[in-house]
Amino acid sequence: MTHTTANTSVAMTTTTTGLAALALWVLVGLPAVSAGLVIVVPALRRVAAPLATAVSTVVVAASIVVAVGRPTVAFPFVAGSEFALGVDGLSALVVPTVAVVTLLVLVFAAADVREHRARFNGLMLLFSASASLTATALTLPTLLTGWEVMGATSYALIGFWWWEQNRVSAGLTAFLTTRLADLGLYLAAGAAVGAGVGLSLDDFSAASGSGSGTGAGARDVIATGILVAALGKAAQLPFSFWLSRAMAGPSPVSALLHSAAMVAMGGYLLLRAEPLLAATAWAPTVAAWAGVLTALGLGAVAIAQTDLKQLLAASTGSQLGFVVLAAGVGSVAGGTAQLVAHAATKALLFLAAGAWLTALGTKHLDGLLGVARRWPLVGWCATVGAAALAGLPPLSLWATKDAVLAAALEQSPWLYAAGLAAAALSAAYAAKIVVVIWRRPSAVEAADAQAHLDEEQEGTRAVTRWQRIPLLPLAAGAALLGLLALPPLADAVARTVGGGTDGSASPRELAVSGAIAVVVGLAVWRWGTPSPAWAAGWLGLERAAHRVVVDPTLALARRLDQVDRRLDRGVWLLAGSVGGMTGGAGSAARPDDDGGGGGGGGERAASAPRGLAGLSAWLDQALDDTVHGLAGWIRRLGQLARRPQTGQMHHYYLQAVAVLAALLVLLLLPLVVR
Amino acid sequence: MLSLLVFLPLVAAIVLAAVPRLGDAAARWLWLAVAAAEVVLVALVWARYETPTPGRLALDEQVQWIPGVRSSYHVGVDGLSLPLVAMTAVVFLACAVYSLKEARRPRLHAALLLFLQSVSLGLFVSADLILFFVFFDLSIVGMYFLIAGWGHVNAARSALQFFLYTFLGSLALLVGFIGLYVYADPHTFDMVELIAANPLAGHGLAGGLVLAAILLGLAVKTPTVPFHTWLPPAHTDASSVGSAVLAAVLLKMGTYGFVRIAMPMLPEAWRAWAWLIIVVGIVSVLYGALVALAQSNLKRMVAYTSVNHMGYVVMAVGAAGLVASDTASARGIAVTGAVTEMVSHGLITAALFLLVGTLHQRAGTYEMADFGGLAHTAPKLAGLFAVGAFASLGLPALSGFIAEFQVFTGSIAVAPVTAIALFGILITAALFLRALQRVFTGGLHGRSVGFADLHPREVWSTGILLGLSLLIGVYPAPLLAVIEPAASAVVTLLGR
Repeated sequence: MTHTTANTSVAMTTTTTGLAALALWVLVGLPAVSAGLVIVVPALRRVAAPLATAVSTVVVAASIVVAVGRPTVAFPFVAGSEFALGVDGLSALVVPTVAVVTLLVLVFAAADVREHRARFNGLMLLFSASASLTATALTLPTLLTGWEVMGATSYALIGFWWWEQNRVSAGLTAFLTTRLADLGLYLAAGAAVGAGVGLSLDDFSAASGSGSGTGAGARDVIATGILVAALGKAAQLPFSFWLSRAMAGPSPVSALLHSAAMVAMGGYLLLRAEPLLAATAWAPTVAAWAGVLTALGLGAVAIAQTDLKQLLAASTGSQLGFVVLAAGVGSVAGGTAQLVAHAATKALLFLAAGAWLTALGTKHLDGLLGVARRWPLVGWCATVGAAALAGLPPLSLWATKDAVLAAALEQSPWLYAAGLAAAALSAAYAAKIVVVIWRRPSAVEAADAQAHLDEEQEGTRAVTRWQRIPLLPLAAGAALLGLLALPPLADAVARTVGGGTDGSASPRELAVSGAIAVVVGLAVWRWGTPSPAWAAGWLGLERAAHRVVVDPTLALARRLDQVDRRLDRGVWLLAGSVGGMTGGAGSAARPDDDGGGGGGGGERAASAPRGLAGLSAWLDQALDDTVHGLAGWIRRLGQLARRPQTGQMHHYYLQAVAVLAALLVLLLLPLVVR
Repeated sequence: MLSLLVFLPLVAAIVLAAVPRLGDAAARWLWLAVAAAEVVLVALVWARYETPTPGRLALDEQVQWIPGVRSSYHVGVDGLSLPLVAMTAVVFLACAVYSLKEARRPRLHAALLLFLQSVSLGLFVSADLILFFVFFDLSIVGMYFLIAGWGHVNAARSALQFFLYTFLGSLALLVGFIGLYVYADPHTFDMVELIAANPLAGHGLAGGLVLAAILLGLAVKTPTVPFHTWLPPAHTDASSVGSAVLAAVLLKMGTYGFVRIAMPMLPEAWRAWAWLIIVVGIVSVLYGALVALAQSNLKRMVAYTSVNHMGYVVMAVGAAGLVASDTASARGIAVTGAVTEMVSHGLITAALFLLVGTLHQRAGTYEMADFGGLAHTAPKLAGLFAVGAFASLGLPALSGFIAEFQVFTGSIAVAPVTAIALFGILITAALFLRALQRVFTGGLHGRSVGFADLHPREVWSTGILLGLSLLIGVYPAPLLAVIEPAASAVVTLLGR
């Protein structure tokens, strides 16, 4: 007998008050509320862009206040946990990054996205609220809230041009793939409650460290869940294909979602959960290798791309591989620096790609030959971004990546070697961009480029001032943020983010990686890059996902639908034979066989693996046999009883009642006996 | 107070049915006024409600009725019933708003729905098994006429199937109730006394049989696989309002029976059969979701998601029966989640059925293939359906998440195997997003051409429901503060 109230395991968060706490509410609440208003209220729809920029400016201010004030706020939420937000050292760096990139992207988009502005700005604000929520969440339900709303807004933003089906289906792919991974967080929540450690994110690692709270099993399950969810969001292998499809959205969307937030939040979650990973025997190794293999694999994919946005998307997955690696090797500070520097760099490159797409109507590399010469400011900014991406000294990603690789070297030389190879691939695809945008096209090439113009949309042939201005601060960030991973700032960052075992890269390591970047860059300039088909098609991941998961599921669904229709028929048959209304019900028992089977793709069902469909076919047959057998048996029983089979409803009732009365008598017997 | 709440709609229904001279317009507005008054009354009840001590009901009223079998008119509320009472009142108000332009026999329509509101509220506040049973069967009768009289296509056949199936289920339920009566000493139908008495403690076989009868009755009504086949045709052929009430309110009578009757009155048998119930729950979740995925008819698809969502409830209450030390708080979370799911599903599915109903009303079909790019002509419908779809697939910040997160954390904590059912929320996401894509996006074609967007009454009726879902999703504390003590009381009773 247990007398416990449901609430015993809730550890109440100590909240703070004052300006910083208010700013934390503003950080999340203001963009969320504004988003709803911008979309719904007609008067605000017209001023959506300026309003969003204004809100975003306030959010930047709030992010700085909370980064300094480090507040914690909470209110009661689901049973067993609170809705709690807080800012610690790690989020103090990440939250302002997200806020600043959001503001710059919205400024750019005000000039770039000219239709459906209310919906666009509303969704972007909602996204920014959920990204901030994800970054500041202290409990698992809070994290999931930000995490999944981020996924849903990402769905709506990728499918922003909803009148084109393929874009909507790209959003669907992104949402479903990341949600599949998100199931890990639900699993982790169940395991945490089962182990009695509660749902506070800090408690997972704290309790797991003590060894008494959560048993080894539960801790492993929690770590697995978080790892899977993070790898899905960060577009790591094997989930990466959704990021390729996500490029169907507007460029400013990619500039925010696929640089500073959303994808980056996957890496961020692992940095936050680093103590939990470290408390298990296997998770750090798995995370490290998942990260470095993604850096390698998607690096190769990036090199093979002929579409600028696809190249950048693959590069995003690859660069975040270094963040995941950082979490695996305990380099929280290095990973954070990589995350922040990559946010600026990649936002810059996506905005440049977006500016060119709007102006020229193409994102194909062949169409962008020499584009830097036409708009030099955009060209130079993009060059700084690409050089940073290449790991060219002294730009940002050179230093941050080496901080991570230095930690990897302490764990295993193989990890380090693989990381260096991935760095070389980064240099190659970054150099590919630079070569393309500065190249003076030959006459043949110029004609080819001309053919690509306006292939995606009608180009404006202009880059406006407000499309250029946001690039400048981002270029500065791409150039300078490496300081976060170099002395003397590196130590301060390590102290701020806490956790992990950080040392900075030695001068020799920095020199080696710098040299690799230079050599590879020169080689690409001289000889160009190969484009193997396996890499161009994103390693065939999406096709594999369809073959292994999607098609069998749809085939099973269709089989079960048939099973269900038979079950319905069986029930009528059964009713008919009981009540002797076989004739009446029989004619009625032709349930709607039309329209069944689900929409389009019958041939897919045929090609689906035999396993699932075979099983359900067997089930189908067995069910049918049983129903028919039972019906026949009951019919014979009925004949035995020589009931008048008049086919009238009241006979059916009478017999049903008779059966129940018999049951009743059985139950009443003990009473009589007593 | 509760009696006024229960019988006010009935009085209005009788007036409407008995006075044909009332015009159609007057009938619609009278219905709306009564439905609004009911929401106000519920708010008053909620304000006066204080969590009763375990084993008691708040605001209870008791009048002698059939003293021979110790059955009385006994009503009261607690944390299990009050949220459902509130949800019922809101859903019926939304239906009243939605039906302001009902063209087919509006007076009788209003009377029938008011009657249904009375019996639904009556069922949720019943504290006596006979009273419960009477309301249970009256709801079936009312719904039969609603489907048969205001449905479309095969309405008569579907209504008959619904009636026969659920009526037969209710007879099984009655057998179970009589079993409880017989074993109680002294014999009684009073729920509060039966819960305190735990009448079948120590009667292993009889306890199992009584539970089996009750479970059968409730499983048909809920419905769970394999007793669900009446549901899709009933929904497909019922009117929008009929479907909304059927899914939002009538299905809850089944799941409510689990937490109100089966679990606290038959704890021993429930613990013995917990695994079977969990398995039925998991199967309902996955089967319902997969079959929904295969549908091409939008309304039928939404109907199958009810099987899926009720599966979460069944799974959670099953998991609550796995009594072991140290898991009381997890099982409390599971039961809290189950009750939250009942409220959440009521709000969301009612909204979805009302929205989907506009397709048939304007274009005469629910087939997804007949539409395409509907967001061009009906942006409001597209937006609201998208919100409803995301709510139903359990997106955080909407009530479905609050419910399902608790269901899953509680269930997985005590029975890790229930993690299989997590795939239910993934498949639900897939089917809703596919439907959204097929019907609303792409180029404008088929029946979408010239489709009239939602009228204000349609926006408001569904907006109220989805707005509440959002409110619960963001700030569930007031709701959970009511549910949690009752849920942990159920868990305690199960431990006997």
